[in-house]
Amino acid sequence: MPDLTASLAGIRSPNPFWLASAPPTNSGYQVMKAFDAGWGGAVWKTMGIPVINSSSRYGAIPYKGHRMMGFNNIELISDRPLADNLREMEAVKKRFPDQALVASLMVQSRQEWHQIAKDAENAGADGLELNFGCPHGMCERGMGSAVGQEPAILQLITSWVKEVATVPVIVKLTPNVTDITEPAVAAARGGADAISLINTIQSLMGVDIDHFVAYPVVDGRSTNGGYCGPAVKPIAQNMVRNCAQHPGVRLPISAIGGIETWRDAVEYLLLGASNVQICTAVMHYGFGIIRELTTGLEDYMRRKGFQQLDDFIGKALPNIVTWEQLNLRYEVKARIDPNKCIQCQLCYTACEDGAHQAIGLPASGHRTPYIIEENCVGCNLCSLVCPVEGCITMVRTDDGAVCETWNDYVTTGKAPDSFNDTRAGGLSHRVTPWESYVEKNVKT
Amino acid sequence: MAEFARPAHEDDLMMAFAPLKPAMHATMAQQESARCLFCYDAPCTKACPTEIDIPLFIRQIHTQNLEGAARTIYMANYFGQACGQVCPTEVLCEGACVYNYQHAKPIEIGRLQTYAASAAIRQGTALFSPGQPNGKAVAVVGAGPAGISAACELRRLGYQVDVFEAKAQVSGLILYGCAPYKISNQEAVEEVDWLQQQLGFQIHLNHPVRGASQWRELEHRYDAILLAIGLGKAKYPNIPGAQLDQVKDAIQFIETVKIRPLQTAVGKHVVVIGGGNTAMDAASECARLGAEEVIVVYRRGKEAMSAYTFEYELAKSVGVQFRFHLTPVEILGQLSVEGVCFLENTSSATHSHVLIPCDMVIMATGQETMQALLAEIGHIATREDGSIAVDAHTFQTSHPCYFAAGDVVNGGAEVVNAVSEGKRAAQGIHQVLSV
Repeated sequence: MPDLTASLAGIRSPNPFWLASAPPTNSGYQVMKAFDAGWGGAVWKTMGIPVINSSSRYGAIPYKGHRMMGFNNIELISDRPLADNLREMEAVKKRFPDQALVASLMVQSRQEWHQIAKDAENAGADGLELNFGCPHGMCERGMGSAVGQEPAILQLITSWVKEVATVPVIVKLTPNVTDITEPAVAAARGGADAISLINTIQSLMGVDIDHFVAYPVVDGRSTNGGYCGPAVKPIAQNMVRNCAQHPGVRLPISAIGGIETWRDAVEYLLLGASNVQICTAVMHYGFGIIRELTTGLEDYMRRKGFQQLDDFIGKALPNIVTWEQLNLRYEVKARIDPNKCIQCQLCYTACEDGAHQAIGLPASGHRTPYIIEENCVGCNLCSLVCPVEGCITMVRTDDGAVCETWNDYVTTGKAPDSFNDTRAGGLSHRVTPWESYVEKNVKT
Repeated sequence: MAEFARPAHEDDLMMAFAPLKPAMHATMAQQESARCLFCYDAPCTKACPTEIDIPLFIRQIHTQNLEGAARTIYMANYFGQACGQVCPTEVLCEGACVYNYQHAKPIEIGRLQTYAASAAIRQGTALFSPGQPNGKAVAVVGAGPAGISAACELRRLGYQVDVFEAKAQVSGLILYGCAPYKISNQEAVEEVDWLQQQLGFQIHLNHPVRGASQWRELEHRYDAILLAIGLGKAKYPNIPGAQLDQVKDAIQFIETVKIRPLQTAVGKHVVVIGGGNTAMDAASECARLGAEEVIVVYRRGKEAMSAYTFEYELAKSVGVQFRFHLTPVEILGQLSVEGVCFLENTSSATHSHVLIPCDMVIMATGQETMQALLAEIGHIATREDGSIAVDAHTFQTSHPCYFAAGDVVNGGAEVVNAVSEGKRAAQGIHQVLSV
């Protein structure tokens, strides 16, 4: 039986699945329910000076029949009195001593940070998460992402909290920066014990084209919110691996961003995260998704022979390199399995119009496309648009004997260095001459 | 015991004739349209006799551009709503959907089409306007799908159009011949009304054209005449007893079901003779109207039936039974039908006689052509099967004033074929008259 126990900078939880600081962790009622359902930890909805929230708070993008592919909110931090939150945290911790309970905090002055950090610890918090990420509403008041975007201030505030904290301090980063490693390094310098990322991405959630206002609409007006949900996962994953690989960070990571299934979670762990935090998927499907998350993770670990999370945390990192380190002599070409092809010809039109004209159509009466080997550059596009599992595969065609990277090319003088350099790659791929198109299709 | 009780009220009919393809609501349309792959050179479009750009209208539905979807449909096919409901989509667009190759459910193209088309009709969306008047007039004889389709196209080309219809209502077999669980009379009529409001062709109901003098008058008054007159009565096999009262013509029986469903006389034990889609419809309708036993009898094997498999399955699903390799030789009974005597004609059998007792017989053994009517006109050449011979491109008959489209030319096909031919015949008329 694989052991799902997770540890983030010493904060232990029975599994790596935490609720992110958000509406699902707004109250003791919700967090107790979640822990009973099997969640490993929860980061309480951010506490500070209670706010006033707007009515109409969320927007979402559906995609092809699926709701909430992307989600955004303009909700601020907790609007409940601090004392109520602390009292409920205490009750939760008392009932669930083994689950991780982290307090998310957002205040301004050093004194306030000291006070609220102590209060949270007294309520039983296993850790403190500093919300330097919220990109709407709070940042205009000098908090949230306003802090996360200024590494020096982030470092200073982190150090204030560390002056009093006796439990691990997690700094939650905003993705609304050019280079995520800068605030991550600042967190490390400020003494943070861990980082969590990403907070939401500043966004507009589409526009009401009849009333000329973006979503969500508050009495005819709208404002930017924070974007999350499945759509943000690729962006968040790149930021997590950047922090995980950066030598100046070296902090445990709690990964956040579009996690909905066990598979998403495993991916983040492979990118170096110690645990994951989830919000949107719970706002969509409820606490019950924990059943799929834990069983999926367990089954994966069993299949792979992993005993504990440490067996695979960060396992994908060594294979993620800069472009210059890729083997440019590696070559794949598409193969279409005619027995699986359903003849939609999406691969044909995608390659023909969107790539390298490397797919042909047979003479009339037949619809299964074929690959034009000499044109195929191995870009994967056809295999990505094909709606049938396993119908188009990319097959390696080089013999693997030679490995040459861009760096090697530069070193050995093989890299193109002038505008019409004949060593450029495009010269070895056949491009259909535009004259043949004009000849066939343009009437003179 | 019958699966359906004899309907006594309108409400019972709603149950007996519940739509096979009920109207989609917005959520269904959204989900179903999301499944469409937007194939290149889409097989569904190629399978449609009117070549509707199906992937486009489905994408338009998905992006909530219902008017655009309706425009895509109607620019190709003037009977977008009816075709979505009565087309044998299983063997046309949906049969060609690439999902079939994966043994996955094909896109419900018919229902999506009806969804977009009926929204335009219900909201009175104007998609068409008549062309600049060109001073020429065309008479269209028959207000079925071929005739109305031609009338629409001719109006858009600037012709004045008069449609002459022998029956009391428009839309021909869409109303009088399509099973009530496929399309309601109101749906059939409202589509034509909506087209007429936009395009302004005149329809003269209860106005059969009869006798040589009336045809001469049309020839005199109009620049061209389009015959979209369909087919005639059912062909009866020449056997004793066929004149008995309870021996019904399938076409007339189905028409009665559509016009006076509660008053339609149905036997307790019905034998339907034939193996085509009309036989399936007539048998299904008998079963739904409370017949205790309905047996379709066909002279050849199951595989030789011209009925579509899904029509056969549909009939079976309401309790219709089937007997094969039986040729009728006599309908028994003096004053009323008592049964049908068949000759068994399998190769192995000893050609013995089989008697099936019944109190009603429905003949669904093909339709006659309108030979008498064509004789009144004169000089209209027909093919061996009695259908009118037309120029493949212009649809002009051997009589230069006359053009023809629909069942009268193709010998009896689907509504969608008539719609396509009517439109192309109108273009043919335009081509000939523009010379």
